This record gives sequence, structure tokens and C-alpha cells, in this order.
Amino acid sequence: MNWNQLGGLLWEALGETVYMTLWASLIAYAIGLPLGVLLVVTRKDHIMSHPTLNAVLGVVINFLRSIPFIIMLALLFPVTRAVMGSAIGTKSVIFPLVISAFPYIARMVEGSLEEVDHGIIEAALSMGSSNSQLIFKVLLPEAIPSLINGAAISITTILAYTALASAAGGGGLGALAIIKGLNIRKFDVMYSASLLLVALVQIITVFGTRLTRGLDHKRR
Amino acid sequence: MDCNAEKFDQGDLPIKNGERKAPQIEILHLRKVYPIPEGEVVALDNISLSINKGDIYGIIGMSGAGKSTLIRCLNRLDHPSDGQIFIDGKNILAMNALELRATRRRMAMIFQQFNLLTQKTVAKNVRYPLEIAGVPKKQANDRVLELLRLVGLEQKANAYPSQLSGGQKQRVAIARALAGDPEMLLCDEATSALDPMTTQSILDLLQEINHRLGITVVLITHEMAVIRQICNRVAILDGGKLAEKGTVDEVFLHTKSAAGKRLFGILPEKEDPQPTESALRIVFDGESVEQPIISRVVRECGVDVNILSANINQFNHKAYGQMLISLPDQLEERNLLTNSLRKLGLSVEEVHPE
Repeated sequence: MNWNQLGGLLWEALGETVYMTLWASLIAYAIGLPLGVLLVVTRKDHIMSHPTLNAVLGVVINFLRSIPFIIMLALLFPVTRAVMGSAIGTKSVIFPLVISAFPYIARMVEGSLEEVDHGIIEAALSMGSSNSQLIFKVLLPEAIPSLINGAAISITTILAYTALASAAGGGGLGALAIIKGLNIRKFDVMYSASLLLVALVQIITVFGTRLTRGLDHKRR
Repeated sequence: MDCNAEKFDQGDLPIKNGERKAPQIEILHLRKVYPIPEGEVVALDNISLSINKGDIYGIIGMSGAGKSTLIRCLNRLDHPSDGQIFIDGKNILAMNALELRATRRRMAMIFQQFNLLTQKTVAKNVRYPLEIAGVPKKQANDRVLELLRLVGLEQKANAYPSQLSGGQKQRVAIARALAGDPEMLLCDEATSALDPMTTQSILDLLQEINHRLGITVVLITHEMAVIRQICNRVAILDGGKLAEKGTVDEVFLHTKSAAGKRLFGILPEKEDPQPTESALRIVFDGESVEQPIISRVVRECGVDVNILSANINQFNHKAYGQMLISLPDQLEERNLLTNSLRKLGLSVEEVHPE
């Protein structure tokens, strides 16, 4: 295989990986972010105290989080087919990715919101904030640096999941490394695809850390 | 002294001879218990207080006395277990969420740890109460400038709280508290995290706010100096109970409770001196320090006095505490000394080692 062919394969796989990661992250955040907020505010003595709901959410999230992605992929086959029209392929893999990632994201968001000093919440309450004002104008803005940091970690986790997409006929750098590399002993393909994955993780991490630091006005 | 006893409660009666208006904040039989595995802890026990419009009302107590719980009950950051709190005649404990929010906007609060929004600039912090009240942006920005000028921080409008000193942070917190035009300001240990000079400037600011804007100030503190300096009324909490209340002058001049005496430094924290030999115990209970009592008695009686120990504190030019002097050998001298000390209003007793 010459460099041109290899380059073409890598480029195509990179595109698929980015495609899966981006969409899965976006949709998983759309579910995980509100869920994370709910996990915090429904705690006992918090602004929307509802211990039962909080406990139920906790159990469901822990259950989903404890299933390894590769098993989730297989378990969800029928559901994925129903939702995405097909159980296999790069696009279809987004569904199990989301199901695996959103509970993780909910916990990350919960952790970030937890870091907000309770005194600040009380100050906002003492000024007559409504619950939605407290969430959108205090809790989330105060947690933004930590949320961004969490997002960088979540995205790299999803990126790692996408490497297993080949098990469901999905593409991407992971599939390239396994199918067109490892399985047929083309180690140049395997290594270059793997290196590209490593580079992606590095880029996301560095970018996330920079953004977190730049946005944080708390520590100077 | 006795004639003052009646006066203590005057300001705390909601209506006196039809003259006094209903108090702005009225606390009735407030009780707060915290459940613990072994049962419960009583944080507040049967507290009743009345705070009038324009008061600077100080609530003082040692740490753990329940004062923070008390002030946090006023705007329902803490929920009392029993009792009532009326704000302008309306029971805050019976209010729904909407009424509570409206009431909270009329009674702002500042905190020991300032509790500023860390990710927002000074100006945006001060604008927050206006934002949530839906004040138009232009109008809100003008008000923010005006408030920052009032607290002397217009230069810092675009700084973040992390770039400010403790005193500056508290000024921002005060500006933010005033943004919504409150009628009451609750101060939860507002100066406890500040150095003495900064404390001074914050107290001056609170006083100015009270005088200029007529805002009722309720403050809790463990520092007597804070009470003496700006409060007109004071309540002393001790172990969750109300030990004493009244105007600051009355409570200071005629402290009745042990907690009050301890706080004012009148009652020594350590034990009273115990005699190791037979002695006379002289009790100073607010005698003027301007009189050289001992030397006068010595001169008058012609008896030498040997001071064994003394534990006397001065407060408001008055002496409080005890002194042990050795017992003169002769009965005659003993009686002479005792009588002339008693004539000066001191109580004297013979004590013997146990």
C-alpha cells in the first residue's frame, strides 16, 4: 500500500470518527445535561428537593453506566434498528453511543454543579431568584469552566467508544485499525490509525484544558 | 437599677399605648431543632423578638448560640420547626413560593463569605437582582453605577471578585444587596472574615445605609464592638435561648444575664479566685473605677491591706470582678475594713480555704 492509499483511508476514517463523536456527544449532552441538573436540584434540601425521583434517577443511571459499551452495542441491536432504520453502519452506531454516553455525562455534569459553593446558591435565593433563574443564571454559569473540562473528558470517552464501532459495522479510525490493520496484519495501517486516535484525544484534552483555564475567573 | 427592668421590654411590645406601630419583623416563639442519630439538637428555643423599622438590631452570641440559624430563618433559608415570623404583619412561614420570593426581594442579605458570583464581574454581580426582577438593561446599568459609587467601587466595575480584597468583596455584596431597593438588610457575620480596619469601614457603610436610606439592619455577630458601635437594639443568644434583649445602652449598663456579662468581658471566663488562706472577698459590681477605693480605705482605716489575688475587668469606666485580701489578724481591724468597704457599696465577705 502506498502513502496515497493509506492517506485516503485515514482521511475517510477520520471523517467517520469525527462524525460519530460529534453527533453522539451533542445528542448525549442534550439528554445528559438536563439530567445532571436534575440529579443535583432534586437532592434533599436542594431547590427542587425530591429524594424519590433523585434515587430512581441514580439507580437507572448507575445501571446504564455499568454496561460495557460493546455489550450495549449488541443488546441494543433491535432498538437501534427500530430507531435508526438499521442496526449496523456508522450512522446507526450513534444511537448506542448516545445511550452509553448520556448517563456518564449526567454524572459529569452533576459533579461540576456540585462544585458550586452552596453559599452562592443561598445568596441567589436570598435575592428572590426563582428556580429556573437559579439554574440558568447561577448554577450553570458558575459551573461553566468545570462543565467545559468535563465535556473534554466526556468527548474523549465517546471517541474511545467509537473505536469499537466496527463490531456493528461502523467505520472510523478504530474500525480501520482493526479490520484493515490488525486482522490482515497490515501493521502500518493499524499503527497510523491508532496514532491518529491518540492525536485526536490529545487535541481535545489540550483544547479543553486551555478553554477551562481561560474561562475561569475564580482562580487567579 | 430596678426601675430599668421594665424598660427592657418596651420596644419589644408590638403595641404600646397605641403609639407604637407594628414591628417590621416580629419573631414569636421560634424553635428550631436539628435531628441527629441520637435524637435532636435544639438550635433555637422559644425566641421572641421584635425589630422595628429603622432599627439596627444586633444579635450577639458565642459560636453555637444559634444566631446564624435565627437570621437564616428570617428569610427562610432555614425552616423553623415551630413558631412564627411576621414580616410587616405577614407570616413568612405561611407564604407560597411566589410570595416568599417577593418578600425576599424586600429583605436582602449579606454573608460572612460574601458569596459573590465568581464567574461574573463586579458590575454583573450588582446587576443580578435587577436582572431577575426584569429591570430594563439601560436602567439597571445606571443603577449599578450609582450603587458602585455609593460603596466606593466604581473603578472596579469590570473586575472579577477574585481580584478584590475581602473588604471590597463585602462592599460589592452590599451594593448587590441594595440593588433591589430592599427595606431590610440581614447581615450574617458580615464583618467576621475582615480585619479590624476593614470591619470599621463596613460598619460605617452599614450605618450610612441605615441613616440615609432608612433601611432596617439586622446583624448577627460575636463581636461586642460591632454591637456597641452601630446597633441601637441588641438581643443576646445563649445556647439557643434568648438571654437578654433591649436597647444597647440598657443591656450594656445593666447586664443581667451571665451570657451578657461573659460577652461584655464583665464575667471572667476563668474561675473566681479561691482563697488559700482566710481572706476577705471584695466583689466589684460596677463600681466606678475613677475612685481609688482600696487606697482610700487603707488611708481611712489605717489598716495595711495585702492583696492576695484579683480578677477585675473594667467596662464603661466601671469595675467588675473580685479581689481577695488577706484577713487582718485583729477583729477590730477586720470590722473596720469590712465596714468602710461596705460603705462604699462593695459587698465583702470572709472566706476560708476549703
